Amino acid sequence: MYVAVKGGETAILNSYRLLARARRGDAAVPELSLAQIKGQLRHAVDRVMQEGSLFDPELAALALKQAAGDTQEAVFLLRAFRTTLPRFGYSVPLDTAAMRVRRRVSGTFKDVPGGQVLGPTADYTQRLLDFSLAGTGSANLEEPTALAEPLPERLPCVLDVLNREGLIEPETPPPGDPAPTDLTREPLMFPAARATRLQNLARGDEGWLLGLAYSTQRGYAESHPFAGEIRMGEVTVSIAPEELGFAVDIGEITLTECQMINQFAGNGSAPPQFTRGYGLVVGEAERKAMAMALVDRSLRAPELGETAHAPAQQAEFVLCHSDNVEASGFVQHLKLPHYVDFQAELSLLRTLRAGFDAKGDAQ
Amino acid sequence: MKPILQVKQLAKRYGDRYGCRDVNFELYEGEVLCIVGESGSGKSTLLATLAGRLAADEGEVTFRDANGDWHELSTLAEAERRRLARTEWGFVTQHARDGLRMGVSAGANVSERLMALGHRHYGQLRATAAEWLEKVEIGAERLDDPPSRFSGGMQQRLQIARNLVTRPRLVFMDEPTGGLDVSVQARFLDLLRRLVHESGVAVIMVTHDLGVARLLAHRTLVMQQGRVVEAGLTDQILDDPQHPYTQLLVSSIVQA
Amino acid sequence: MKHSTSCKPQTGLHREGGRAATGPYSPYGEEAHSDADKASNWRYNFGYLDENTKRMLRRGLLKAVAIPGYQVPFGSREMPLPYGWGTGGIQLTASLIGRQDVLKVIDQGADDTTNAVNIRRFFGRVCGVDTTEKSADATLIQTRHRIPETPLKAGQIVVFQVPEPEPLRLLEASEVETRKLHAHQEYGLMHVKLYEDIARFGHIATSYDYPVRVNGRYLASPSPIPKFDNPKLHQSPALLLFGAGREKRLYAIPPYTDVDSLAFDDHPFEIQAWDTSCALCGSHDSYLDEIVTDDAGSRMFVCSDTDYCTSRREDAR
Repeated sequence: MYVAVKGGETAILNSYRLLARARRGDAAVPELSLAQIKGQLRHAVDRVMQEGSLFDPELAALALKQAAGDTQEAVFLLRAFRTTLPRFGYSVPLDTAAMRVRRRVSGTFKDVPGGQVLGPTADYTQRLLDFSLAGTGSANLEEPTALAEPLPERLPCVLDVLNREGLIEPETPPPGDPAPTDLTREPLMFPAARATRLQNLARGDEGWLLGLAYSTQRGYAESHPFAGEIRMGEVTVSIAPEELGFAVDIGEITLTECQMINQFAGNGSAPPQFTRGYGLVVGEAERKAMAMALVDRSLRAPELGETAHAPAQQAEFVLCHSDNVEASGFVQHLKLPHYVDFQAELSLLRTLRAGFDAKGDAQ
Repeated sequence: MKPILQVKQLAKRYGDRYGCRDVNFELYEGEVLCIVGESGSGKSTLLATLAGRLAADEGEVTFRDANGDWHELSTLAEAERRRLARTEWGFVTQHARDGLRMGVSAGANVSERLMALGHRHYGQLRATAAEWLEKVEIGAERLDDPPSRFSGGMQQRLQIARNLVTRPRLVFMDEPTGGLDVSVQARFLDLLRRLVHESGVAVIMVTHDLGVARLLAHRTLVMQQGRVVEAGLTDQILDDPQHPYTQLLVSSIVQA
Repeated sequence: MKHSTSCKPQTGLHREGGRAATGPYSPYGEEAHSDADKASNWRYNFGYLDENTKRMLRRGLLKAVAIPGYQVPFGSREMPLPYGWGTGGIQLTASLIGRQDVLKVIDQGADDTTNAVNIRRFFGRVCGVDTTEKSADATLIQTRHRIPETPLKAGQIVVFQVPEPEPLRLLEASEVETRKLHAHQEYGLMHVKLYEDIARFGHIATSYDYPVRVNGRYLASPSPIPKFDNPKLHQSPALLLFGAGREKRLYAIPPYTDVDSLAFDDHPFEIQAWDTSCALCGSHDSYLDEIVTDDAGSRMFVCSDTDYCTSRREDAR
């Protein structure tokens, strides 16, 4: 029985057992190892880490396994675990110009210093099902040819070229360079600074961002974007403990960064120039980084004096509904018992109905 | 008679351009002042700045409340400004949808300000709302209809009722006849003149139509390119316009 | 606040320090599997949250008690139960609970509904405190959608799970705007809604989550309790705390605070009443649930508060 009647506890225990069996599936088939998930489902692992706001491929793989491949459930598991982790400190800002680039492309210039680096992408494949992957025999993997010359250690950002000409707005910290809000420690408040908005988007649901970004291209916001640069690779993470006084490298993480260039006609105080939209996401996640950059730009409408009439330009609308752990919980809480409220509504409706019928009879 | 509003060297900028500048005048109790000018002359900017909806960049606006205390609006805390807006002022917008709650009944629209002031007797609220619907010639039988079912003229009359029901001392009006047909306008202006006279409320009204000023205003300010180019008693301005722009305006209504 | 002071940091902050309050933890609350892996050996702090997070929550609660009815923003954490399923209440309970506490958890008035069972099991796992179904025996009661029929006592704390802390939200979607309306006490909008109800239906058509004015100042949501329970908020001897995890707000009604349900002078606030009494215990004055007993639409009415109903039946014997 679903509610109220004694026995709920036993029923719950049984649901655990059924869940565990459903997860495992056919016991004759070997169980998935975390190494397999990590190694062969890297996009799923990356997405769980992004939206779970925790860089730990091992735990993300475990979450995916436990959630039987349900990405949002895995994100939720990782987030709940993250709550119990003490905060030791903050890293120094990451230097994405020093990224060990595995992929870097620009849609705005045919050639750029350092060249276009395609990297491990499905962009130029024909999306035909590859039946050779259906078996388990290891495919014959060819070595890629080495680059003619190694990439420089620092690959300058494509947008710097425009910056030198003064044709794109400079990227400067807000007045006073305040420490950014930590959204994992403080509630989201409005008006939200750009740093806060970017944090929210970086851990926001990819589907939500993708849909909003798409809407800005279809007339729901004045958006005329160009993909200035997209880069993906490894970036060193350093911390600078107060007692040391200098920074120490603690590891590296994979990041995808997107710099969008958008038209801007100028206003009373700013000349006509290009403006920026920015996306930065953990892991290999080009689609999300691009979507994030489009939404970041559309959320800047009030700051740039543009009329904000489209959903993607409304910060409260975008940011309050981006988190899939919140959204999933609240949508699904409707399956909890509501019979006290329903009873209240039922008696109200009966009263209203009696009033309505009495009126009808009188006429 | 004492002024209730004093305006000194008021200016509002948009970037490096002035929306309005060097505005000076005083408004007395029960006085109707029209601000006349073509679109872009800065009259709506001036009105919004006077009402505290836009922050002034230069000069000052001081308002004398019912207790006789003066308030300088640019230094007034938002809480205080909103209290004045609720109790002592009214604001009638050009488009009724900006000034009414289109989804709730006419009765609720008229009652809202009373409820905000603490009135809690449904029967009395309803009776007052009905009385006001009669006064603005909508008819008490429309009490439970939402304004979305009203004509444009009725919607504007409902806005007037919604504002005057709490007996404010000053009402700002932004082109209240702007969206109305000429035939509807005449009836609306006639009603407005009567209600303003009866209630003794002071009014600052923005209009592009000098004909409206002729009908309603004791005094008129003529604006061009953000500045007041002529000010005075409405009759004087109409009979003997001094500024070439005013002369042009006056000649255009004579033709009409 | 007896409970917050009794909740000293019982354990260290480091996982290696053997800080677990309970045995090995399995994500579902069952005993750990024998082939212990990384996760099932993981040990959680007493009350799940770390002590710094608990302190943050208690600071928020102190502010909430100091400003009755004001929604205090707080850095809500993801909990191992979904948002919308009581995460706000769970965080408040976790920040307040001490080893001496006796916890009762109800959902829809019942101790045995799935979500109540789940939350009680959670605290059993991460705190190991005593739990009870008897309202009178509990020091801490976490509830969803009801206030127990048994009168609350001084010293008790009731933690309400709140899905939408903003009573004006359905009338005004913008948080920036609603915060202003609270700051300036501009609550005319709420009365417009009530006026409209009477104009359309002849009476106020809000049956649960019925808005209240706390201490004559803040408009507040009592959480989706039926309006039947609203009078129990007024001058309650117990401390009433409200947690909205997803919306990241908490608020409080301190003991012996005035709580008024909004109404008009000539349309006073009224609670639900039934023509019938509880089919099980015969109570005339408790909130009744309707139970459909067959396909033909037969129904019976029984107390929604299962503890109250059971105690009455036991006393009658």
